[in-house]
Amino acid sequence: MPETQELSDEPLAFAREADFSAVDKVKLIEALARVLPVGALMYDPEDVRPYECDGLAAYRSMPLAVALPVSEEQVVAVLRTCHELGVPVVARGAGTGLSGGALPHARGVLLSLARFTRIVHLDPHSRTAVVQPGVRNLAISEAAAPHGLYYAPDPSSQIACTIGGNVAENAGGVHCLKYGLTVHNLLRVRGVTIEGEVVEIGSHAPDSPGFDLLALMTGSEGMLAVVTEVTVKLTPKPQYAQCVLAAFDDVIKAGEAVAAIIAAGIIPAGLEMMDQPATAAVEQFVHAGYPLDAKAILLCESDGTPEEVAEEIGRVRAVLEASGATEIRVSGSEAERLRFWAGRKAAFPAAGRISPDYYCMDGTIPRKRLGEMLEAIQAMEGKYQLRCINVFHAGDGNLHPLILFDANREGELERAEAFGAEILELSVALGGTITGEHGVGIEKINQMCSQFATAEIRQFFRVKAAFDPPGLLNPGKAIPTLNRCAEYGRMPVNSEHVPYPDIPRF
Amino acid sequence: MSDSSESILAEWSERIRVAAASGRALQLRGGGTKDFHGRTTTGERLETTAYRGIISYEPTELVVTARAGTPLAELEAELAAQNQMLAFEPPHFGSGATLGGAVAAGLSGPRRMAVGALRDFVLGVRLIDGRGDVLRFGGQGMKTVAGYDVSRLMAGSLGTLGLRVGVSLTVLPRPVAEATLRFGMNESEAIERLNAWGGPPLPLSASAWVDGVLTLRLSGAEAAVQAARQSLGGEAVGAEEAAAFWQGVREQSLPWFGADVGGGALWRIALPSSASPLKLAGEQFIEWGGAQRWLRSQASASAIRERAAQLGGHATLFHGGDHGGEVFHPLAAPLLAIHRRLKSAFDPAGILNPGRLYQEF
Repeated sequence: MPETQELSDEPLAFAREADFSAVDKVKLIEALARVLPVGALMYDPEDVRPYECDGLAAYRSMPLAVALPVSEEQVVAVLRTCHELGVPVVARGAGTGLSGGALPHARGVLLSLARFTRIVHLDPHSRTAVVQPGVRNLAISEAAAPHGLYYAPDPSSQIACTIGGNVAENAGGVHCLKYGLTVHNLLRVRGVTIEGEVVEIGSHAPDSPGFDLLALMTGSEGMLAVVTEVTVKLTPKPQYAQCVLAAFDDVIKAGEAVAAIIAAGIIPAGLEMMDQPATAAVEQFVHAGYPLDAKAILLCESDGTPEEVAEEIGRVRAVLEASGATEIRVSGSEAERLRFWAGRKAAFPAAGRISPDYYCMDGTIPRKRLGEMLEAIQAMEGKYQLRCINVFHAGDGNLHPLILFDANREGELERAEAFGAEILELSVALGGTITGEHGVGIEKINQMCSQFATAEIRQFFRVKAAFDPPGLLNPGKAIPTLNRCAEYGRMPVNSEHVPYPDIPRF
Repeated sequence: MSDSSESILAEWSERIRVAAASGRALQLRGGGTKDFHGRTTTGERLETTAYRGIISYEPTELVVTARAGTPLAELEAELAAQNQMLAFEPPHFGSGATLGGAVAAGLSGPRRMAVGALRDFVLGVRLIDGRGDVLRFGGQGMKTVAGYDVSRLMAGSLGTLGLRVGVSLTVLPRPVAEATLRFGMNESEAIERLNAWGGPPLPLSASAWVDGVLTLRLSGAEAAVQAARQSLGGEAVGAEEAAAFWQGVREQSLPWFGADVGGGALWRIALPSSASPLKLAGEQFIEWGGAQRWLRSQASASAIRERAAQLGGHATLFHGGDHGGEVFHPLAAPLLAIHRRLKSAFDPAGILNPGRLYQEF
């Protein structure tokens, strides 16, 4: 094939990030003011400041303007305006994301969907809810509760995070093994493309004609379209739930117990593990009554009818006994069940209590590699001279090491970041991935270079361009440019020749 | 992976590269059991059945990874030996069905509404795109949000975006207990009851209504199945008869599906589960709690599509009728534009199963 043809096949912004320095702030604000009502547009630094970061506060950037539309027509107008002027747009929900996905673009518009807070329609008969993207995750379950239904994915930030953000990140939670991630609980999203076209992706039927664009949209970190409405599937609320707490004198044994539960054909509603330092940290904080001498504890939840739960708990208990648990407690009341969970759910705040700062990682690994991973993390604690406590969505292989550090002490932030990067590299090496549920955003964009080869990264840019030809939606996030990978020192594997010899490498 | 397997991939890459350079269409094909599905196409055949075998299967990780040409029957037998299953119950439609073909077709069986569709179980794929590049997306864990979900995009794309060469899927334990119940009721009552039964936490795993009889399958813990049997009532069906019935639903081997083609074309109509009766001329077989309605009808394609759209769903011409015309529901203009661009992102020369999904790609 002639070389010119191959070059034209290269997607936009693949080699290096697009340059938006020519964006004219005055012109942009004039144009936005024409399409947005007073109060829906902010550009004074003091008004814009609250939007400079999301849940990943280590990264901050001031956008040129913040748009707070109240209607889909206004979203369309903002996107058309930005499209016409060639201005980047970053969509934002509640700003609870942990990977900097909603970090503003310094030459762009921050598009907040915070005012889209209406539950449009809840149909208990077909078990669906149509909601605007700014509706909080927990608010959906609260609205569905009178009908005995709930929205299953429950990320730990569910009191604050919004469904729009959940779609953008494919949010999970502690019940994914049995109930799935956001992608398994969505029926439809309505969104607006950068060109201002309204698209209906998915439907209230079980599937839709054509390609599965709903799968692409889920977890796309605001890079493909801006979501203006979402239909979620509601799940019948289990009548009853019980939790088993098991202690182990060895983390490897605890990991083997997890595998044994699955091997016994049990899919628990939740299956979580904490190591000893994590247990100690949360125990001081919530007094859940956890055994402090255990090297690891497992929480295994069963839900369903009371008879079903009794049957499953019996099987779980037998497996745990055979796996060498040193102590097994079964929650005897709803209060006790909640107490068992209180510690696990308080892991992040507990880390914040015992350390001025902490850095939460989100790698996934095959469950059977858990022991190796925990041993490696122990060694890294010595190497980086920082402590790390580990909580683990054991059921689905998603590890959340919390690296403790003090940003006021010189070099600790850098050491924490290097520690985290090494954990992610190891996750990939063990056959896992760099992010289970928090997204790549800006935080893990370098590690994408380790997980994917050039050809796949190029293909991601092409997928983006199919939705967003000018590359204006959340540019610079989630998918690294070749230039970035070169700087990170992870030149693509699998390539027979080194592409882009003109890019400086370090 | 063995050298011979890798050499097959190298050979296919090269074939695709050559075909792209000359603009010659390729017909990607597994066992050929789903040749009927989608539009009729032409092109040089690329058969995948030689590239077969399970690459890894870890029952305790709930994941299996296999080459695309692996026979579905062989894969399911391996899983059954570990008391696990492909929970979405993909229809085989013939003894040669392959894993790659099942993913390309994206079809799911009776258990779909209880556990999810095929696409929900896809964790990762390895594919050769229309440039001949071998690409890998997703992984072997159920959770990953690194990069766009290209693996699931492949499900149901009928080979128009790439030649899948390997797939990782979530597998699930087989249920401890099952029971099948029968009830006499008319269509609208069945739709109403199925949706009402979806509300409480009942272990429903399949439903089928035809000719005034609703058949329900319950799956789960022994206690849950027993309790649901008590509360639902109905007439119990013996285990053997039940297994044969659900197999017949899954494979469309029940007499209803073999009806004389003179009855018209067989349409698959996907709707919100609670949508009212179709009220179209012809015979119906309703599955998935009301969300999948098979219609054998002589009504015109436009009348069927219009009614499906009016009820919030879409219609696919499944068997019979004109497979040279459009088989799938037409796409709205902005979605069509995205489809066109995605097709050219994966297959710029337009050589992979061109026209199988829609006439223009």
